[in-house]
Amino acid sequence: MEAMTSLPLMTLMQLLFDTLLGFALLWLGWRALASPDLFQAIVLFIAFGLLMAIVWVRLDAPDVALAEAAIGAGLTGALLLTTLARLEAKNRSKSALEKKHKVWLMTENVKLKTASFLWLMVILMLLVSGLVYAVLTLQEQTFELQMLVSKNLESSGVSNPVTAVLLNFRGYDTLLEMSVLLLALLGVWSFGGIPKPHESLPGPVLNMLSRLLIPLLIIVAGYFLWVGSDAPGGAFQGGSVLGAAGVLLLLVGWRLCIRFVGLPLRIILVFGLGVFVSAAVVLIFLGRQFMEYPPSVAGALILLIEAAATLSIGITLAALFLVGRPEFRRHK
Amino acid sequence: MNTLYLYTIVGVGLFTLGLYALLIHSDLLRKILAINIMGSGVFLILVALAARTQGAVPDPVPHAMVITGIVVAVSATALALALVIRVRTKVGHANLPEQSLE
Amino acid sequence: MLLSEFFTVILLLAGAFFFLAGTVGLLRFPDVYTRLHALTKADNVGLGLMVLGLALQAESWAMTGKLILIWLCVLLSSASVAHLIANAARKKGIEPWKQ
Repeated sequence: MEAMTSLPLMTLMQLLFDTLLGFALLWLGWRALASPDLFQAIVLFIAFGLLMAIVWVRLDAPDVALAEAAIGAGLTGALLLTTLARLEAKNRSKSALEKKHKVWLMTENVKLKTASFLWLMVILMLLVSGLVYAVLTLQEQTFELQMLVSKNLESSGVSNPVTAVLLNFRGYDTLLEMSVLLLALLGVWSFGGIPKPHESLPGPVLNMLSRLLIPLLIIVAGYFLWVGSDAPGGAFQGGSVLGAAGVLLLLVGWRLCIRFVGLPLRIILVFGLGVFVSAAVVLIFLGRQFMEYPPSVAGALILLIEAAATLSIGITLAALFLVGRPEFRRHK
Repeated sequence: MNTLYLYTIVGVGLFTLGLYALLIHSDLLRKILAINIMGSGVFLILVALAARTQGAVPDPVPHAMVITGIVVAVSATALALALVIRVRTKVGHANLPEQSLE
Repeated sequence: MLLSEFFTVILLLAGAFFFLAGTVGLLRFPDVYTRLHALTKADNVGLGLMVLGLALQAESWAMTGKLILIWLCVLLSSASVAHLIANAARKKGIEPWKQ
């Protein structure tokens, strides 16, 4: 009886919180896109990412929340900020305030300006109503996929269903995703002549922070990797934490020793993908399907693949932060 | 009215917001931000729909897809940012040319 | 059992109060240095109280250890980042606010 009376209050509180969170998301998204200062826009975008992570927790998706906090907010924010620093490195005299460039509204003719704006609004409104209609009239969820996952979870080798889907049931998604990550790095490396950012000495505080944090980050990455088989975590979360450690190292001025810049670095970069593909191919020769892990060794195989993937993802993300290819010469 | 539908609609809103900013701004960095926010909107819709079963465990398949999506988004963002830097060094600015409607 | 829940609620509320105070400071204080002061000081205490409140409900000592570790990490990073932001602001030539 008591549970019945306390239920509406709880749901009301939750509804209130969710509404607040939803509006905060929309507002932050809007400010990140509309604020005139680019630096401010990026900081707002990072805050948007962190709020997104809270939303994932509200929606019972802790794996996604971890990935969002580490990659969506953390690493994307670091990438955006370092790009901004590089863009502004050239003309320090020009203020960071961006002039309001709006392609669509570049006309002196006021009538034409309003007309084009109205048209855009009408089209966007149609799009919104179409999407909302489509979402609200979706048929009730079918349980087939979910049932399939929970029925086969035991033979997947892990007990966290998200890891099972990522590394076993839909392993090819993850395989292709790692290829995308590697291709992005190859694409970035193929542009020559990337200007160096304005570098300043890290100072004692950042130095100390990195000394304390980097060992901890490496432990946390290992922890995520290990715990991912039966709790939220896994290769991507661990890899992004490792990537964050790499970014911190790069920020305090650490550079890869020249002996490791060439072949060793490349081997580590393709290591995850290599282990993934070779495991799949070896299984074909053992008379199985591509990526069909035998249940008896599935757990060990997934851990092996994830360990290799964590290392590669971390190093790739750190290399993306560096933007230019690590150089052979001009090394301090 | 379920709170999950609230998040779905917020997702639609974010997607549209991002699309609007993508069209209206000529600054390339801002366009990249806009695409990222569009992506977040899509992820939000996916995960909110995965949690539609009340009380039960949410569907893990969309969760895995969204994690994949987040990593792909950061890869694409990194590539796009490197392109912006390259455009800047070649052309001298990181904006699209301004075109008038006449 | 009930007593620990009572203390948890009290500690969480106290933590929320410090967060609120920090946020009000962030919004109301005049310049970057005073805002940093309000934000880091109040939030560190607020988070500490919250961690303490949650630790009372923890199922195991490992959980309590993780919670405290989170607090220590936040203490470390917020103190360092506050210093870095303040230093960057000083290098940029932003004068501290004077009445």
